[in-house]
Amino acid sequence: MEPYRKHESIAALMNRSNVDTDQIIPKQFLKRVERSGFGAHLFHDWRFNDDGSDNAEFELNKPVFKGAKILVVGDNFGCGSSREHAPWAIADYGFNTIISTSYADIFYNNCFKNGILPIKVNSQQLDSLMAEINANEGVRFVVDLEDKQVITPAGNSFTFDIDPFRKGNLLSGLDDIGLTLKHLDKIGAYEEKHKKAFPWLWAQ
Amino acid sequence: MKKTMYEKIWDSHLVVEVDGQAPLIYVDRHLMHEVTSPQAFEGLRLANRKVRNPHSILATMDHCVPTKNRHLPIPDPIARKQVEVMAENCAENGLNLYDMKNPNNGVIHVVVPEHGFVHPGMVVVCGDSHTATHGAFGALAFGIGTSEVEHVMATQTLPQQKSKTMLVQVNGKLPKYSSAKDIALAIIGKIGTAGGTGHVIEYAGEAIKLLSMEGRMTLCNMAIEAGARAGLVAPDEKTYEYLKGKEFAPKGTQWDQALAYWQSLPSEEGAAFDAIVELDAADIAPQVSWGTSPEQVVGVDGCVPAPESFDNEGKRKACESALAYMGLTANTKMTDISVDLVFIGSCTNGRIEDFRIAAEVTKGTKVAKGVKAIAVPGSYHVKHQAEDEGLDKIFIEAGWEWRDPGCSMCLAMNGDELTKGQRSASTSNRNFEGRQGKGGRTHLVSPAMAAAAAAAGHFVDIRNFG
Repeated sequence: MEPYRKHESIAALMNRSNVDTDQIIPKQFLKRVERSGFGAHLFHDWRFNDDGSDNAEFELNKPVFKGAKILVVGDNFGCGSSREHAPWAIADYGFNTIISTSYADIFYNNCFKNGILPIKVNSQQLDSLMAEINANEGVRFVVDLEDKQVITPAGNSFTFDIDPFRKGNLLSGLDDIGLTLKHLDKIGAYEEKHKKAFPWLWAQ
Repeated sequence: MKKTMYEKIWDSHLVVEVDGQAPLIYVDRHLMHEVTSPQAFEGLRLANRKVRNPHSILATMDHCVPTKNRHLPIPDPIARKQVEVMAENCAENGLNLYDMKNPNNGVIHVVVPEHGFVHPGMVVVCGDSHTATHGAFGALAFGIGTSEVEHVMATQTLPQQKSKTMLVQVNGKLPKYSSAKDIALAIIGKIGTAGGTGHVIEYAGEAIKLLSMEGRMTLCNMAIEAGARAGLVAPDEKTYEYLKGKEFAPKGTQWDQALAYWQSLPSEEGAAFDAIVELDAADIAPQVSWGTSPEQVVGVDGCVPAPESFDNEGKRKACESALAYMGLTANTKMTDISVDLVFIGSCTNGRIEDFRIAAEVTKGTKVAKGVKAIAVPGSYHVKHQAEDEGLDKIFIEAGWEWRDPGCSMCLAMNGDELTKGQRSASTSNRNFEGRQGKGGRTHLVSPAMAAAAAAAGHFVDIRNFG
């Protein structure tokens, strides 16, 4: 995983709530056995017309949002299916930061495994950020994970909360499994205890 | 301090807590299907890691498998490859796989309970949000992403933040013809699809106690649609009765030992929950969803709401866009909405009880003109049991298609799907835009309501049907 670095980039706006993972990456693309290449299908059913051409009405197709790394969206983003194809598609498309008031739990966890920083703000903050983008499409925000802050030109800058462990992993790009395997002795000890307490779970 | 069932399971599965890190919890059972696992196996291979406990895993093929002409190769080459890769991965790692030809094949969350693979008090994961189903047994069961699937295979543990707890108390008895599905939809209608975010729900109350194990599975299955991490029902005599004698259930003296443990699991009297929601079962009419989110739901005797009936701007906008997508006009009676396709099946409503009630409604009827109706059992065991009871004949005589098991139209990955503008009555769990096919319009209902809609060609109040 790429370490997450401080960056300044375009903030794209999608003012929609309850965007589900079926919209982020529709099911017809879940048959692939690779982890890459999902960005081309991000928001497929909204992004493309029936004939495959770009849907000019869809927010992210606005030329001014091209190259955006920050996605500002409505409440409860990523609800529905657990498919990690959703954050794979988001990251592969080029986003590494999402700003919303809330996320579905599984999606939120999946983001951190893929170098995506999901930032939580309150509704007032979200409204101001959305207003700032609407007033100045193509505006660039600075995201500084180290200092937990987002800086915007119109003065809607804010600091955000994030679990320190997750923050550390994003900053270092560390593999979760490697970290867990450091506790192999404790896992082994737990299993010995577990076998005594719940022998029926180990009967084969 | 008095403990909830969730806290008891959490405490007994805590492997290590390190300051500044997420606690590691132990995973007893890992369920698998073909869609969310291939990249996890690839990750293991690349890192030269092994599956730590192959016996903790049960795998099936369900999402992209055809539900007819199974003797032929899968027509879609990408789906065919996914199924082949699943078989190779399971063989390479020595995992128990119920492949398409296996008599135990079916939808993962239907198959697993049939074999008694999940018991009360376990921690159960699967790369599938509907893992919540197994909370019906009093197991902490939740969906995970593919990176986490890889993590569990390699370490048998998962870094987890502890959830908050929510008690959903459903008092009294359900009226006739309302079912577990209607309780699930009514709860989501009340608290919203983000209402349970960050929480594990425990369902309690007389109406829950009265549900069969199948009903409890339907209810817990949709905990995720309320945004919850998991749903739980306290184990009781019904749970033990269901498990006894099943292939993976404890045997002999181990049964008694397990039973004593299971009986210690229910939340203690007076244990504190972070949130409490109460419903009266008597108020729960058969539900029909009208929009593109499971929270957009109403009793069948109600009408499609008008956007201006919502006082929250977000909900007003969501209503407007849902009505546009669904091709519906505000204030239309739900019973005036006609359907093109009816689907009974899925991990929500693909169990024997679901087909029994649907067959009872279907008996002596004919599928309405212009309507296609498909019955997709959740597993081969469900299919064969239904056939032993003669239910298949009832469906076939009424003009239904009687299929082989799979996820089928719940997420329409296998070729069973709606075309643009088609409208379904579906016993599945999600009515998102495009879920059953691009431009398809899904209404979520119970099996009895689906069967009645197939016969009438439009939604009907099952309480006045026949």
